[in-house]
Amino acid sequence: MEARAILSAEGLTFRYPTEEGHEEHAALDAVNIAVEKGEFVAVLGHNGSGKSTFAKHLNAILLPTGGAVYIDNMDTRDENLLLAIRETCGMVFQNPDNQIVATVVEEDVAFAPENMGIAPAEIRERVDRCLEIVGMSDFKRHAPHLLSGGQKQRIAIAGVLAMEPSILVMDEPTAMLDPSGRREVMHTIGQLNREKGITVVLITHHMDEAAQAGRVIVMSDGKVAMEGTPEAVFARVDEIRDLALLPPQTVDLLHRLNKAGYDLPLDTLSVEACADVLETFLRQ
Amino acid sequence: MLRDITLGQFFPGTSLLHRLDPRAKLVSVVLFVASLFISKSFWGYGLCILFLAWCIRISGISPKMILKSLKPLVIILCFTGILNMFYTPGEVLARFWIFKITREGIYTAAYMILRIVLLIAATSMLTYTTSPIALTDAIERLLNPLKKIHVPVHEFAMMMTIALRFIPTLIEETDKIMSAQKARGADFETGGIIDKAKALVPILVPLFVSAFRRADELATAMECRLYHGGEGRTRLNTLVMTGRDYAALGFMGVFCLLVIYAERLVSILL
Ligand SMILES: Nc1ncnc2c1ncn2[C@@H]1O[C@H](COP(=O)(O)OP(=O)(O)OP(=O)(O)O)[C@@H](O)[C@H]1O
Ligand SMILES: [Mg+2]
Repeated sequence: MEARAILSAEGLTFRYPTEEGHEEHAALDAVNIAVEKGEFVAVLGHNGSGKSTFAKHLNAILLPTGGAVYIDNMDTRDENLLLAIRETCGMVFQNPDNQIVATVVEEDVAFAPENMGIAPAEIRERVDRCLEIVGMSDFKRHAPHLLSGGQKQRIAIAGVLAMEPSILVMDEPTAMLDPSGRREVMHTIGQLNREKGITVVLITHHMDEAAQAGRVIVMSDGKVAMEGTPEAVFARVDEIRDLALLPPQTVDLLHRLNKAGYDLPLDTLSVEACADVLETFLRQ
Repeated sequence: MLRDITLGQFFPGTSLLHRLDPRAKLVSVVLFVASLFISKSFWGYGLCILFLAWCIRISGISPKMILKSLKPLVIILCFTGILNMFYTPGEVLARFWIFKITREGIYTAAYMILRIVLLIAATSMLTYTTSPIALTDAIERLLNPLKKIHVPVHEFAMMMTIALRFIPTLIEETDKIMSAQKARGADFETGGIIDKAKALVPILVPLFVSAFRRADELATAMECRLYHGGEGRTRLNTLVMTGRDYAALGFMGVFCLLVIYAERLVSILL
C-alpha cells in the first residue's frame, strides 16, 4: 500500500439525512484532501460551503455516505478505532463555553486524560504541561466562567492537547472572540504547529488568519474550489470574489492598482510586505 | 440582579473543616443528623449546640452566614412551633376559646424548632466548607457499591457536575435575554402574578432553545474528548482518606453515642 498522508479524505461525499421525498444536494461532494504530517492548513469558504461538515468527518462525528476518510491510516468507518481516531485527531469548536466540562480549569484540562484511564500522576503532569503551552498556568484553580473568551478558548485547546493528538482540527475557534482574544489564540496555534510539530487544520472566515497557514483550501458548495499557498491563492482575486469571499485588504489594494494599469506583484500578505512593494514602485 | 444568586454557597478556606475529606464530612453530617433525631434529651441537644458552635468557630465562617441559611425557614419554624404547642395533649397550662397550651406542647415545640435549626445549620456547614465538585465526588464514591445493582451513579454525578458548571452560564444568558426583551419594551416588574408569569414566557423559550443547543454541542465536545461513560475512567484528584479523616469519623461516632445516651450518662454521673 502506498503511504497515505496523516489526514486523507478520498472521494468524500456526504448528504445530511432528510425527510422523505426531499432530494438533498450533497454537503460534501467527492472531496479529495490530503494533509501531511506537520502541515498547517487553513480551510476557507462561504457560509454553508461544507467546512464544518468536513471537520466533523475528521474524527468520526459524521461518517461518509460515499468515499472514505483516513486518519493516520485508520478508516473512520471502523467502530473499533473510534477512540484511537479521536485521540489522534483533536477537535476544537467555535464556542468555548460549550466545550468546557468542569468548574475548575485544571479539572477541565484533565477531562480527556481521565477518560483515557491514565494514572493520576501522569494526568497531573499532562495538565501542567498543556496549561504551560497555552500560557494559562496561572489560572489553574480558576473557575472557567470568569475568564475572558480568548482565555476560555485556550483552556479548550489545552483540554484537547492533553490527549496528545498529532492533529488539531479547529472549526472557527476565533469566531466568538474579540481582536485580542483572536490574537492570543492564533499565537497559540502557530506555536503548536511550529514548536510541537502538531498538524493543524484551521477552519476560518478571517483571511488574515488563513494567511498564516502554509496551505489554503477554499471550499465552495461541498467541493474544493482552490488550493495552494496563501500567496498563490489570494493572488487569484477575481476567483476569490466569485466564491463570495473577500481577499485580504493588502492584496485587494494592489489588485485595484493593477486594474488601473499598473503591474504589481500580488503575493504580498502582510501590511509590511505590501508597503515595501508600494515603496519600491513609487521610487521607480 | 440574577448574578447575586450564589448556588451551592461555598466559602473557600484552609480550616480543619475545609481540609477534611468530603466523604468524612458527609458521613459526619449524616451521623450528626441521625443522632439529633434519635436523641430526646435536653443534655443531648446541649452537646449538639456546643459542638456546632465549635465547628463554626474553627471554620472561620461568620455565624451571620448560618443565620442567613435559616432565614427562608422562619415561616416553617413558626408553623411547626405553633402546631406542636397547641396540639400536644398533656398538662394544660393556659386555655382560651378552643385552644389550650400544654407543658408537653411547649417542650415538643422547642425540641422541634431546635432540631430543624441544628439540622439546617449542620448541613450549611457542610456546603459552606466543601466545594460542590468535592461533594459530588464524595457522593459518587460513597454510592459506588450501588453500581453493582445497576444504579447509574457515575452518570448522576456527571450530570451534577455539568449542571454546576452551566448554572453561571445560563444565569448570564437569562440576564442577557431579559435585557434584550426589556430593550424591546417588555415589562417584568408591574402587574399581577399572572402578568408576571406571562412576561416570563419570552425569556424561557429562548433560554430553553439555547440550553438544548448548548447540550448538543457539549455532548459532541465530550465525545471528542473520549468520554465514554464511567468505565475505566481515572481522576486527576483522587480522594484520599488520611488518618485525620478517620480520626474525625471516630470522634463523630463517639459524639453520636454521647448525644443519644446523654440523659442516662448524666443520671449516672449525678
Ligand atoms: N445538521 C444538519 N442537517 C441538515 N443539513 C445541514 C446540517 N448541518 C449543515 N447542513 C447543510 O450542509 C451544508 C454545509 O454546512 P456546513 O455547516 O458544513 O457549512 P460551513 O461551511 O461550516 O458554514 P459556516 O461558515 O456557516 O459555518 C449547508 O448547506 C447546510 O445547510
Ligand atoms: Mg461551520
